[in-house]
Amino acid sequence: MSDTLKKTPLNALHHSLGAKMVEFAGYEMPVQYPMGVMGEHLHTREKAGLFDVSHMGQAFLQTTQITPGSDGAHEAIASAIETLVPGEIRKLKKGGLRYTVLLNKEGGILDDLMITRPPKDGSEGSLFLVVNAAKKAEDFALIESELAGRAVLEVAKKRALLALQGPAAAGVIDRLIPGASEQTFMTMRSFVWQGASLIVSRCGYTGEDGFEISVPNDRAEELAKVLLADDAVAPIGLGARDSLRLEAGLCLYGHDLTPETTPIDGNIAFVIGKRRREGGGFPGATRILQQRADGPARLRVGLLPEGRAPAREGAEIQSTDGKTIGAVTSGGFGPTLGAPVAMGYVDADHAETGTSVNLIVRGKPLPATVADMPFVPQNYYRG
Amino acid sequence: MTVKYTKDHEYVRAEGDVYVIGVSKHAAEQLGDVVFVELPDAGKTFKKGDDMAVVESVKAASDVYAPISGEIVEANSAIVDEPAKVNEDAEGAAWFVKIRASDPAELDAMMDEAAYAEFAAES
Repeated sequence: MSDTLKKTPLNALHHSLGAKMVEFAGYEMPVQYPMGVMGEHLHTREKAGLFDVSHMGQAFLQTTQITPGSDGAHEAIASAIETLVPGEIRKLKKGGLRYTVLLNKEGGILDDLMITRPPKDGSEGSLFLVVNAAKKAEDFALIESELAGRAVLEVAKKRALLALQGPAAAGVIDRLIPGASEQTFMTMRSFVWQGASLIVSRCGYTGEDGFEISVPNDRAEELAKVLLADDAVAPIGLGARDSLRLEAGLCLYGHDLTPETTPIDGNIAFVIGKRRREGGGFPGATRILQQRADGPARLRVGLLPEGRAPAREGAEIQSTDGKTIGAVTSGGFGPTLGAPVAMGYVDADHAETGTSVNLIVRGKPLPATVADMPFVPQNYYRG
Repeated sequence: MTVKYTKDHEYVRAEGDVYVIGVSKHAAEQLGDVVFVELPDAGKTFKKGDDMAVVESVKAASDVYAPISGEIVEANSAIVDEPAKVNEDAEGAAWFVKIRASDPAELDAMMDEAAYAEFAAES
Protein backbone atom coordinates (compact mmCIF):
# COMPACT_ATOMS: atom_id res chain seq x y z
CA MET A 1 0.00 0.00 0.00
CA SER A 2 1.32 3.41 -0.96
CA ASP A 3 2.98 5.53 1.71
CA THR A 4 1.25 8.60 0.35
CA LEU A 5 -2.11 7.44 1.69
CA LYS A 6 -3.39 8.98 4.90
CA LYS A 7 -3.91 6.69 7.86
CA THR A 8 -6.50 6.82 10.62
CA PRO A 9 -5.48 6.35 14.27
CA LEU A 10 -6.75 2.76 13.98
CA ASN A 11 -4.49 1.84 11.06
CA ALA A 12 -2.18 -0.41 13.09
CA LEU A 13 -5.18 -2.10 14.71
CA HIS A 14 -6.71 -2.88 11.28
CA HIS A 15 -3.47 -4.51 10.19
CA SER A 16 -3.21 -6.51 13.41
CA LEU A 17 -6.79 -7.74 12.91
CA GLY A 18 -5.84 -9.08 9.47
CA ALA A 19 -7.79 -6.53 7.45
CA LYS A 20 -7.48 -6.30 3.70
CA MET A 21 -6.63 -2.65 3.17
CA VAL A 22 -7.66 -0.52 0.18
CA GLU A 23 -7.48 3.11 -0.85
CA PHE A 24 -10.62 5.08 -0.08
CA ALA A 25 -10.89 8.87 -0.30
CA GLY A 26 -7.12 9.20 0.07
CA TYR A 27 -6.99 6.95 3.13
CA GLU A 28 -5.76 3.42 3.63
CA MET A 29 -8.93 1.76 4.95
CA PRO A 30 -10.07 -1.80 5.77
CA VAL A 31 -12.43 -3.18 3.11
CA GLN A 32 -12.88 -6.45 4.99
CA TYR A 33 -11.46 -8.55 7.82
CA PRO A 34 -10.96 -12.32 7.78
CA MET A 35 -14.69 -12.81 8.54
CA GLY A 36 -15.46 -11.55 5.02
CA VAL A 37 -18.06 -9.13 3.69
CA MET A 38 -20.99 -11.55 3.98
CA GLY A 39 -20.15 -12.60 7.54
CA GLU A 40 -19.48 -9.03 8.64
CA HIS A 41 -22.76 -7.84 7.18
CA LEU A 42 -24.79 -10.57 8.90
CA HIS A 43 -22.89 -10.12 12.17
CA THR A 44 -23.79 -6.42 12.23
CA ARG A 45 -27.49 -7.17 11.71
CA GLU A 46 -27.47 -9.92 14.36
CA LYS A 47 -25.08 -8.55 16.99
CA ALA A 48 -22.87 -5.49 16.64
CA GLY A 49 -20.21 -4.25 14.26
CA LEU A 50 -17.44 -1.72 14.88
CA PHE A 51 -16.53 0.53 11.96
CA ASP A 52 -13.62 2.96 11.68
CA VAL A 53 -15.07 6.07 10.07
CA SER A 54 -12.26 8.37 11.17
CA HIS A 55 -11.70 9.38 7.55
CA MET A 56 -14.92 11.39 7.67
CA GLY A 57 -14.68 15.11 8.36
CA GLN A 58 -15.60 16.42 11.79
CA ALA A 59 -15.75 20.14 12.55
CA PHE A 60 -17.19 22.67 14.96
CA LEU A 61 -18.83 25.77 13.54
CA GLN A 62 -19.19 28.74 15.89
CA THR A 63 -20.90 32.07 15.49
CA THR A 64 -18.77 35.23 15.48
CA GLN A 65 -21.78 37.56 15.43
CA ILE A 66 -22.75 37.18 19.06
CA THR A 67 -21.11 35.85 22.23
CA PRO A 68 -21.34 32.05 22.21
CA GLY A 69 -23.53 30.81 25.03
CA SER A 70 -25.62 33.98 25.08
CA ASP A 71 -29.28 34.34 24.14
CA GLY A 72 -29.70 34.26 20.40
CA ALA A 73 -26.37 32.54 19.76
CA HIS A 74 -28.01 29.36 18.45
CA GLU A 75 -30.31 31.37 16.19
CA ALA A 76 -27.28 33.23 14.84
CA ILE A 77 -25.29 30.11 13.92
CA ALA A 78 -28.39 28.28 12.67
CA SER A 79 -29.35 31.19 10.41
CA ALA A 80 -25.82 31.24 9.03
CA ILE A 81 -25.66 27.52 8.14
CA GLU A 82 -29.23 27.62 6.83
CA THR A 83 -27.97 29.78 3.96
CA LEU A 84 -26.13 26.65 2.72
CA VAL A 85 -28.48 23.79 3.67
CA PRO A 86 -32.28 23.32 3.40
CA GLY A 87 -32.59 21.66 6.82
CA GLU A 88 -34.43 23.07 9.81
CA ILE A 89 -31.48 23.95 12.04
CA ARG A 90 -32.97 26.85 13.99
CA LYS A 91 -35.55 24.66 15.71
CA LEU A 92 -33.10 21.85 16.36
CA LYS A 93 -33.31 20.98 20.05
CA LYS A 94 -30.24 20.85 22.27
CA GLY A 95 -28.50 17.56 21.55
CA GLY A 96 -30.46 17.03 18.34
CA LEU A 97 -28.96 15.74 15.06
CA ARG A 98 -30.17 16.65 11.60
CA TYR A 99 -29.35 14.87 8.32
CA THR A 100 -29.24 17.42 5.54
CA VAL A 101 -27.34 18.42 2.40
CA LEU A 102 -25.02 21.17 1.19
CA LEU A 103 -26.43 22.66 -2.01
CA ASN A 104 -25.00 24.57 -4.96
CA LYS A 105 -26.71 27.59 -6.53
CA GLU A 106 -28.68 25.31 -8.85
CA GLY A 107 -29.97 23.21 -5.98
CA GLY A 108 -27.60 20.34 -6.78
CA ILE A 109 -26.26 18.33 -3.87
CA LEU A 110 -22.60 19.00 -2.99
CA ASP A 111 -22.55 16.57 -0.06
CA ASP A 112 -24.78 15.06 2.59
CA LEU A 113 -23.93 15.67 6.21
CA MET A 114 -25.00 15.52 9.84
CA ILE A 115 -25.46 18.74 11.80
CA THR A 116 -25.68 18.49 15.58
CA ARG A 117 -26.65 21.10 18.12
CA PRO A 118 -24.50 20.40 21.20
CA PRO A 119 -26.53 19.62 24.33
CA LYS A 120 -24.66 21.54 26.99
CA ASP A 121 -25.73 24.89 28.42
CA GLY A 122 -23.21 27.46 27.31
CA SER A 123 -22.56 25.76 23.97
CA GLU A 124 -25.25 27.78 22.18
CA GLY A 125 -23.82 29.23 19.00
CA SER A 126 -21.88 26.08 18.10
CA LEU A 127 -22.74 23.26 15.73
CA PHE A 128 -20.94 19.95 15.24
CA LEU A 129 -20.68 18.83 11.61
CA VAL A 130 -19.82 15.42 10.15
CA VAL A 131 -19.25 15.27 6.38
CA ASN A 132 -18.05 12.68 3.85
CA ALA A 133 -14.34 11.91 3.65
CA ALA A 134 -14.04 12.48 -0.08
CA LYS A 135 -15.70 15.88 0.20
CA LYS A 136 -14.41 17.24 3.48
CA ALA A 137 -11.78 19.62 2.12
CA GLU A 138 -14.24 21.16 -0.36
CA ASP A 139 -17.10 21.27 2.14
CA PHE A 140 -15.06 22.97 4.83
CA ALA A 141 -13.60 25.48 2.35
CA LEU A 142 -17.10 26.30 1.09
CA ILE A 143 -18.54 26.76 4.57
CA GLU A 144 -15.61 28.94 5.65
CA SER A 145 -15.77 31.21 2.63
CA GLU A 146 -19.56 31.47 2.47
CA LEU A 147 -19.90 32.17 6.19
CA ALA A 148 -16.87 34.46 6.48
CA GLY A 149 -17.69 37.23 8.97
CA ARG A 150 -20.55 35.21 10.47
CA ALA A 151 -18.88 32.05 11.78
CA VAL A 152 -15.56 30.29 12.22
CA LEU A 153 -14.98 26.66 11.37
CA GLU A 154 -12.65 24.57 13.47
CA VAL A 155 -11.81 21.24 11.87
CA ALA A 156 -11.57 18.55 14.55
CA LYS A 157 -8.33 17.06 13.22
CA LYS A 158 -7.53 15.51 16.57
CA ARG A 159 -10.70 13.42 16.66
CA ALA A 160 -11.30 9.93 15.35
CA LEU A 161 -14.79 8.54 14.69
CA LEU A 162 -15.99 5.01 15.46
CA ALA A 163 -19.41 3.60 14.60
CA LEU A 164 -20.91 0.81 16.68
CA GLN A 165 -23.94 -0.59 14.87
CA GLY A 166 -26.38 -3.41 15.44
CA PRO A 167 -28.98 -4.68 17.91
CA ALA A 168 -26.34 -5.40 20.58
CA ALA A 169 -24.76 -1.92 20.30
CA ALA A 170 -26.81 -0.34 23.09
CA GLY A 171 -25.96 -3.09 25.57
CA VAL A 172 -22.29 -2.90 24.68
CA ILE A 173 -22.06 0.86 25.02
CA ASP A 174 -23.99 0.83 28.29
CA ARG A 175 -21.34 -1.34 29.91
CA LEU A 176 -18.73 1.20 28.86
CA ILE A 177 -20.60 4.46 29.31
CA PRO A 178 -23.53 4.01 31.70
CA GLY A 179 -26.54 5.95 30.48
CA ALA A 180 -25.49 6.24 26.84
CA SER A 181 -28.17 3.76 25.78
CA GLU A 182 -30.94 6.05 27.09
CA GLN A 183 -30.50 8.63 24.37
CA THR A 184 -32.85 8.22 21.41
CA PHE A 185 -32.21 8.04 17.65
CA MET A 186 -30.76 11.27 16.23
CA THR A 187 -29.59 12.71 19.53
CA MET A 188 -26.10 13.41 20.87
CA ARG A 189 -24.59 13.46 24.34
CA SER A 190 -21.12 14.22 25.63
CA PHE A 191 -19.42 11.84 28.02
CA VAL A 192 -16.08 11.57 29.71
CA TRP A 193 -14.68 8.05 29.40
CA GLN A 194 -11.56 7.47 31.48
CA GLY A 195 -10.57 11.08 31.02
CA ALA A 196 -11.33 11.18 27.28
CA SER A 197 -14.08 13.48 26.00
CA LEU A 198 -16.49 11.54 23.80
CA ILE A 199 -19.24 12.88 21.54
CA VAL A 200 -21.75 10.05 21.32
CA SER A 201 -24.45 10.32 18.63
CA ARG A 202 -27.20 7.75 18.19
CA CYS A 203 -27.16 7.38 14.45
CA GLY A 204 -25.47 5.36 11.75
CA TYR A 205 -25.38 4.14 8.19
CA THR A 206 -26.65 0.57 8.43
CA GLY A 207 -30.38 0.86 9.22
CA GLU A 208 -29.66 -0.66 12.63
CA ASP A 209 -29.69 0.91 16.05
CA GLY A 210 -26.26 2.23 16.85
CA PHE A 211 -23.87 4.97 17.81
CA GLU A 212 -21.16 7.10 16.31
CA ILE A 213 -18.49 7.95 18.84
CA SER A 214 -16.13 10.86 18.29
CA VAL A 215 -13.01 10.24 20.37
CA PRO A 216 -9.61 11.98 20.64
CA ASN A 217 -7.12 10.40 18.21
CA ASP A 218 -4.77 9.33 20.99
CA ARG A 219 -7.53 7.34 22.75
CA ALA A 220 -9.19 5.87 19.67
CA GLU A 221 -7.32 2.57 19.54
CA GLU A 222 -7.85 1.98 23.25
CA LEU A 223 -11.59 2.60 22.90
CA ALA A 224 -11.81 0.38 19.81
CA LYS A 225 -10.03 -2.44 21.65
CA VAL A 226 -12.36 -2.18 24.64
CA LEU A 227 -15.38 -2.33 22.32
CA LEU A 228 -13.92 -5.26 20.37
CA ALA A 229 -13.28 -7.13 23.63
CA ASP A 230 -17.04 -7.59 23.94
CA ASP A 231 -18.08 -10.95 22.46
CA ALA A 232 -20.93 -9.30 20.56
CA VAL A 233 -18.65 -6.94 18.64
CA ALA A 234 -16.68 -7.70 15.47
CA PRO A 235 -14.68 -5.29 13.29
CA ILE A 236 -16.45 -4.46 10.02
CA GLY A 237 -14.90 -3.12 6.82
CA LEU A 238 -16.06 -0.80 4.07
CA GLY A 239 -17.40 -3.72 2.00
CA ALA A 240 -20.10 -4.58 4.51
CA ARG A 241 -20.64 -0.91 5.30
CA ASP A 242 -21.71 -0.50 1.67
CA SER A 243 -23.99 -3.57 1.54
CA LEU A 244 -25.59 -2.61 4.88
CA ARG A 245 -26.37 0.95 3.80
CA LEU A 246 -27.67 -0.25 0.43
CA GLU A 247 -30.14 -2.66 2.06
CA ALA A 248 -31.15 0.20 4.37
CA GLY A 249 -31.89 2.35 1.29
CA LEU A 250 -29.36 4.98 2.38
CA CYS A 251 -27.59 7.09 -0.23
CA LEU A 252 -23.88 7.00 -1.00
CA TYR A 253 -22.68 10.47 -1.94
CA GLY A 254 -21.00 10.66 -5.35
CA HIS A 255 -23.13 7.78 -6.57
CA ASP A 256 -26.78 8.11 -5.50
CA LEU A 257 -26.51 11.84 -4.82
CA THR A 258 -24.40 14.19 -6.94
CA PRO A 259 -24.32 17.86 -7.99
CA GLU A 260 -26.70 16.83 -10.79
CA THR A 261 -29.34 15.62 -8.31
CA THR A 262 -31.54 17.67 -5.99
CA PRO A 263 -33.22 16.61 -2.74
CA ILE A 264 -36.45 16.22 -4.75
CA ASP A 265 -35.31 13.86 -7.50
CA GLY A 266 -32.94 12.26 -4.99
CA ASN A 267 -36.09 11.30 -3.06
CA ILE A 268 -34.80 12.83 0.16
CA ALA A 269 -37.23 15.75 0.33
CA PHE A 270 -37.33 15.18 4.11
CA VAL A 271 -33.99 17.01 4.33
CA ILE A 272 -35.94 20.21 3.61
CA GLY A 273 -37.46 21.56 6.83
CA LYS A 274 -41.16 22.47 6.85
CA ARG A 275 -40.47 26.16 7.50
CA ARG A 276 -37.83 26.14 4.79
CA ARG A 277 -40.29 24.74 2.21
CA GLU A 278 -42.24 27.94 2.64
CA GLY A 279 -39.47 30.41 3.36
CA GLY A 280 -36.72 29.12 1.07
CA GLY A 281 -33.48 30.99 1.64
CA PHE A 282 -31.17 28.10 0.73
CA PRO A 283 -29.12 27.69 -2.48
CA GLY A 284 -31.28 26.69 -5.44
CA ALA A 285 -34.47 27.19 -3.43
CA THR A 286 -36.46 28.50 -6.37
CA ARG A 287 -35.65 25.49 -8.53
CA ILE A 288 -36.04 22.95 -5.71
CA LEU A 289 -39.38 24.32 -4.51
CA GLN A 290 -40.65 24.53 -8.10
CA GLN A 291 -39.57 20.92 -8.64
CA ARG A 292 -41.33 19.95 -5.44
CA ALA A 293 -44.56 21.60 -6.59
CA ASP A 294 -44.46 20.26 -10.16
CA GLY A 295 -43.03 16.84 -9.36
CA PRO A 296 -39.55 15.85 -10.55
CA ALA A 297 -38.84 14.58 -14.07
CA ARG A 298 -37.00 11.60 -12.59
CA LEU A 299 -36.76 10.00 -9.17
CA ARG A 300 -34.41 7.81 -7.15
CA VAL A 301 -36.13 4.48 -6.52
CA GLY A 302 -35.35 1.08 -5.06
CA LEU A 303 -34.99 -1.83 -7.49
CA LEU A 304 -35.34 -5.56 -6.81
CA PRO A 305 -33.88 -7.66 -9.63
CA GLU A 306 -35.44 -11.07 -10.25
CA GLY A 307 -33.17 -14.06 -9.76
CA ARG A 308 -29.69 -13.89 -8.28
CA ALA A 309 -27.70 -11.70 -10.67
CA PRO A 310 -26.72 -8.35 -9.12
CA ALA A 311 -27.12 -5.21 -11.23
CA ARG A 312 -24.35 -2.77 -10.42
CA GLU A 313 -23.73 0.96 -10.71
CA GLY A 314 -24.05 2.18 -14.28
CA ALA A 315 -26.46 -0.51 -15.49
CA GLU A 316 -29.02 1.00 -17.84
CA ILE A 317 -32.67 0.84 -16.78
CA GLN A 318 -35.19 0.21 -19.56
CA SER A 319 -38.97 0.13 -19.65
CA THR A 320 -40.46 -3.24 -20.57
CA ASP A 321 -40.89 -1.92 -24.14
CA GLY A 322 -37.16 -1.24 -24.42
CA LYS A 323 -36.88 2.52 -23.87
CA THR A 324 -34.03 3.89 -21.76
CA ILE A 325 -35.59 5.33 -18.60
CA GLY A 326 -32.62 5.66 -16.26
CA ALA A 327 -29.57 4.08 -14.68
CA VAL A 328 -28.58 2.17 -11.58
CA THR A 329 -26.51 4.28 -9.15
CA SER A 330 -25.83 1.61 -6.49
CA GLY A 331 -26.32 -2.11 -6.73
CA GLY A 332 -25.08 -5.36 -5.37
CA PHE A 333 -26.10 -8.31 -3.29
CA GLY A 334 -28.01 -7.88 -0.04
CA PRO A 335 -26.78 -10.56 2.37
CA THR A 336 -29.70 -10.15 4.80
CA LEU A 337 -32.25 -10.21 2.00
CA GLY A 338 -30.36 -13.05 0.33
CA ALA A 339 -31.00 -11.41 -3.01
CA PRO A 340 -29.66 -8.66 -5.24
CA VAL A 341 -30.71 -5.09 -4.46
CA ALA A 342 -30.18 -1.80 -6.25
CA MET A 343 -31.20 1.80 -6.43
CA GLY A 344 -31.21 4.16 -9.34
CA TYR A 345 -32.92 7.02 -11.12
CA VAL A 346 -35.90 6.45 -13.40
CA ASP A 347 -38.22 8.75 -15.34
CA ALA A 348 -41.06 9.81 -13.04
CA ASP A 349 -43.71 7.91 -14.99
CA HIS A 350 -41.89 4.64 -14.19
CA ALA A 351 -41.19 5.43 -10.53
CA GLU A 352 -44.27 3.91 -8.95
CA THR A 353 -43.68 0.97 -6.62
CA GLY A 354 -44.38 -2.29 -8.41
CA THR A 355 -43.48 -1.03 -11.89
CA SER A 356 -41.73 -3.70 -13.98
CA VAL A 357 -38.48 -2.61 -15.60
CA ASN A 358 -35.41 -4.23 -17.15
CA LEU A 359 -31.85 -3.67 -15.96
CA ILE A 360 -29.30 -4.19 -18.71
CA VAL A 361 -26.60 -6.46 -17.32
CA ARG A 362 -23.84 -7.68 -19.68
CA GLY A 363 -26.03 -6.69 -22.62
CA LYS A 364 -29.04 -8.68 -21.50
CA PRO A 365 -32.28 -7.43 -19.93
CA LEU A 366 -32.64 -8.50 -16.31
CA PRO A 367 -36.25 -8.14 -15.10
CA ALA A 368 -36.65 -6.05 -11.95
CA THR A 369 -39.35 -4.32 -9.97
CA VAL A 370 -39.44 -0.79 -8.56
CA ALA A 371 -39.56 -1.35 -4.80
CA ASP A 372 -39.98 0.62 -1.59
CA MET A 373 -36.90 1.30 0.50
CA PRO A 374 -35.52 0.34 2.94
CA PHE A 375 -35.22 -3.22 1.66
CA VAL A 376 -34.88 -4.49 5.23
CA PRO A 377 -36.75 -3.01 8.23
CA GLN A 378 -35.01 -0.22 10.13
CA ASN A 379 -34.30 -0.85 13.80
CA TYR A 380 -33.84 2.64 15.20
CA TYR A 381 -34.29 3.35 18.91
CA ARG A 382 -36.92 6.03 19.31
CA GLY A 383 -37.38 5.65 23.07
CA MET B 1 -3.25 -35.61 -12.39
CA THR B 2 -1.95 -32.50 -14.09
CA VAL B 3 -3.39 -29.10 -13.28
CA LYS B 4 -2.45 -25.98 -15.20
CA TYR B 5 -3.23 -22.37 -14.36
CA THR B 6 -3.66 -19.12 -16.31
CA LYS B 7 -2.59 -15.63 -15.32
CA ASP B 8 -6.31 -14.85 -14.96
CA HIS B 9 -6.48 -17.44 -12.15
CA GLU B 10 -8.40 -20.15 -13.98
CA TYR B 11 -7.35 -23.77 -13.66
CA VAL B 12 -7.54 -26.53 -16.28
CA ARG B 13 -7.41 -30.16 -15.19
CA ALA B 14 -7.38 -33.14 -17.55
CA GLU B 15 -10.12 -35.65 -16.81
CA GLY B 16 -10.40 -38.43 -19.36
CA ASP B 17 -10.79 -36.85 -22.78
CA VAL B 18 -12.14 -33.53 -21.44
CA TYR B 19 -10.74 -30.68 -19.38
CA VAL B 20 -12.33 -29.44 -16.15
CA ILE B 21 -12.17 -25.66 -15.75
CA GLY B 22 -12.77 -23.41 -12.79
CA VAL B 23 -11.30 -20.55 -10.79
CA SER B 24 -8.37 -21.17 -8.48
CA LYS B 25 -8.67 -21.37 -4.71
CA HIS B 26 -6.56 -18.22 -4.57
CA ALA B 27 -8.98 -16.42 -6.90
CA ALA B 28 -11.97 -17.53 -4.82
CA GLU B 29 -10.32 -16.14 -1.71
CA GLN B 30 -9.61 -12.85 -3.45
CA LEU B 31 -13.20 -12.61 -4.71
CA GLY B 32 -14.73 -13.07 -1.28
CA ASP B 33 -18.21 -14.46 -0.76
CA VAL B 34 -19.50 -15.58 -4.16
CA VAL B 35 -23.19 -14.79 -4.60
CA PHE B 36 -23.79 -15.36 -8.31
CA VAL B 37 -22.37 -17.55 -11.07
CA GLU B 38 -23.37 -17.54 -14.75
CA LEU B 39 -22.17 -20.42 -16.91
CA PRO B 40 -22.42 -21.13 -20.65
CA ASP B 41 -24.73 -23.84 -21.97
CA ALA B 42 -23.37 -27.17 -23.13
CA GLY B 43 -22.64 -27.15 -26.86
CA LYS B 44 -21.33 -23.58 -26.97
CA THR B 45 -17.85 -23.14 -28.38
CA PHE B 46 -15.22 -20.66 -27.23
CA LYS B 47 -11.86 -19.45 -28.38
CA LYS B 48 -9.13 -19.10 -25.83
CA GLY B 49 -9.56 -15.73 -24.07
CA ASP B 50 -13.29 -15.32 -24.82
CA ASP B 51 -15.64 -14.24 -22.01
CA MET B 52 -17.00 -17.60 -20.89
CA ALA B 53 -18.59 -17.21 -17.45
CA VAL B 54 -19.31 -14.61 -14.77
CA VAL B 55 -18.65 -14.84 -11.06
CA GLU B 56 -19.86 -12.18 -8.64
CA SER B 57 -19.13 -11.57 -4.99
CA VAL B 58 -20.91 -9.13 -2.70
CA LYS B 59 -18.28 -6.61 -3.74
CA ALA B 60 -17.81 -7.01 -7.48
CA ALA B 61 -18.39 -8.86 -10.73
CA SER B 62 -15.55 -10.70 -12.51
CA ASP B 63 -15.41 -12.25 -15.96
CA VAL B 64 -14.05 -15.73 -16.36
CA TYR B 65 -12.25 -16.24 -19.68
CA ALA B 66 -11.99 -19.47 -21.62
CA PRO B 67 -8.47 -20.70 -20.79
CA ILE B 68 -8.49 -23.00 -23.83
CA SER B 69 -10.49 -23.22 -27.06
CA GLY B 70 -13.15 -25.85 -27.40
CA GLU B 71 -16.75 -26.92 -26.87
CA ILE B 72 -18.59 -26.97 -23.53
CA VAL B 73 -19.67 -30.52 -22.74
CA GLU B 74 -21.07 -29.81 -19.28
CA ALA B 75 -21.71 -26.84 -16.96
CA ASN B 76 -21.81 -27.30 -13.19
CA SER B 77 -25.36 -26.28 -12.26
CA ALA B 78 -24.61 -26.98 -8.58
CA ILE B 79 -22.60 -23.74 -8.30
CA VAL B 80 -25.33 -21.77 -10.10
CA ASP B 81 -27.80 -22.98 -7.47
CA GLU B 82 -25.33 -22.55 -4.58
CA PRO B 83 -22.65 -19.98 -5.52
CA ALA B 84 -21.09 -20.19 -2.03
CA LYS B 85 -19.67 -23.60 -3.00
CA VAL B 86 -17.04 -21.70 -5.00
CA ASN B 87 -15.59 -20.41 -1.72
CA GLU B 88 -15.72 -23.85 -0.15
CA ASP B 89 -14.14 -26.02 -2.83
CA ALA B 90 -13.02 -23.96 -5.83
CA GLU B 91 -10.64 -26.56 -7.26
CA GLY B 92 -12.82 -29.54 -6.38
CA ALA B 93 -16.63 -29.81 -6.40
CA ALA B 94 -17.07 -26.19 -7.49
CA TRP B 95 -15.68 -26.59 -11.00
CA PHE B 96 -17.31 -24.36 -13.63
CA VAL B 97 -17.39 -26.25 -16.96
CA LYS B 98 -15.96 -29.23 -18.80
CA ILE B 99 -14.53 -28.49 -22.24
CA ARG B 100 -13.57 -30.70 -25.17
CA ALA B 101 -10.39 -28.96 -26.27
CA SER B 102 -9.86 -28.16 -29.95
CA ASP B 103 -6.15 -27.46 -29.44
CA PRO B 104 -4.69 -29.16 -26.35
CA ALA B 105 -1.31 -27.62 -27.21
CA GLU B 106 -2.70 -24.37 -25.75
CA LEU B 107 -2.04 -25.86 -22.32
CA ASP B 108 1.68 -25.89 -22.88
CA ALA B 109 2.03 -22.17 -22.25
CA MET B 110 0.19 -22.31 -18.91
CA MET B 111 1.71 -22.44 -15.45
CA ASP B 112 2.06 -25.62 -13.48
CA GLU B 113 1.11 -25.77 -9.82
CA ALA B 114 4.48 -24.58 -8.48
CA ALA B 115 4.74 -21.71 -10.96
CA TYR B 116 1.18 -20.64 -10.21
CA ALA B 117 1.73 -20.71 -6.45
CA GLU B 118 4.61 -18.31 -6.95
CA PHE B 119 2.57 -16.13 -9.33
CA ALA B 120 -0.41 -16.02 -6.95
CA ALA B 121 1.77 -15.08 -3.99
CA GLU B 122 3.03 -12.06 -5.92
CA SER B 123 -0.32 -10.91 -7.33
